[in-house]
Amino acid sequence: MPKPLKKLDRREAVAQILKQRGDALLITGLGSPCWDAAAAGDIDTNFYVWGGMGGAAMIGLGLSIAQPARRVLVITGDGEMLMGLGALATISVQRPSNLSVVVLDNERYGETGMQATHTHHGVDLAGMASSAGFPLAATINSKNELTEFIPKLYEINGPVFCVVKVDDVKLPMVLPERDGTWLKSRFRKAVVGSLD
Amino acid sequence: MVKKKKTEIPWGDGIFESFIDNGIRQVAYVPDAGHARLISLCERSNKVRAVPLTTEEEGVAMLAGAWLGGDRGALLMQSSGVGNCINMFSLIQECRFPLFSLVTMRGEFGEFNPWQVPMGDSTDRALANAGVLVKPVDDVSRVVETVTAALTLAFSTYRSVAVLISQRIIGYKVWK
Repeated sequence: MPKPLKKLDRREAVAQILKQRGDALLITGLGSPCWDAAAAGDIDTNFYVWGGMGGAAMIGLGLSIAQPARRVLVITGDGEMLMGLGALATISVQRPSNLSVVVLDNERYGETGMQATHTHHGVDLAGMASSAGFPLAATINSKNELTEFIPKLYEINGPVFCVVKVDDVKLPMVLPERDGTWLKSRFRKAVVGSLD
Repeated sequence: MVKKKKTEIPWGDGIFESFIDNGIRQVAYVPDAGHARLISLCERSNKVRAVPLTTEEEGVAMLAGAWLGGDRGALLMQSSGVGNCINMFSLIQECRFPLFSLVTMRGEFGEFNPWQVPMGDSTDRALANAGVLVKPVDDVSRVVETVTAALTLAFSTYRSVAVLISQRIIGYKVWK
């Protein structure tokens, strides 16, 4: 008997978020968020970070400063975000109005054996983002809340921070391309048009 | 014994000019006294965005994002910060992002604080092991040309390049 699901399904949540992305640029943090985004459909303006744990939100910051007219969406996991908490302070000081960071929080290190992360013990990432100075930081616990919040990811003057509580189930991996040089060049060609 | 003070840093202006000439738009930094002049010039300029970091590896990731979006950047840090960056350099190496880092040395020449020595003594090897091309400079008359050449190398060949500015140039801290 499968255990009843209490939180959101991460694949469905990511698909729903990305369905409304328009021309938003996407950075995904290592592990499951990459597989979730790939499952929702691979496009040139997705950049999957397969390593560099803790860096996803900061990649988003540099990109959002370089591309002020585009929305930049970072989708990462709770473990990845916990490794780069200083980024919340750094991003908040820069106040990029076009940056939104979504943390898919299953309270587990999904790639290493589902060990509990600090959020499982009550660490409140949205509270930390809010304390750092993000003008909007929220925790989403239900489908209805997510549906209501998604437009804010793309429309509100950010930076926006959003924790989506998701089930701690292991889903089949959906692997995007993994060659970093190729992913980097593809993304930049699509956004800037040139590698120079 | 000759002791220099860390106040006058004329080469900071030359590096700033080189940044502007080479289209540097984002400058990420963890402060170091050796970079004080350059940081102040960047903060006052409307041509570059100066971004203070809480830890150096944030800047490595940030400048990868900057390049993805069409901006060139520079990372300013002290040699102790190099150790903080090591795993994030794998993002740079694997993707062949261009990355320019400017490192002011501690624990290298005339150091007083023994706690600075372990990282200062291994900075060049740590960088080289992480796939970074290392360009040390210990002659003040060569600082700006070294930076300019390193910028070209980084952005024209999609490489991570670090210029290490010796404590011999910066002057070492007077502990009294």
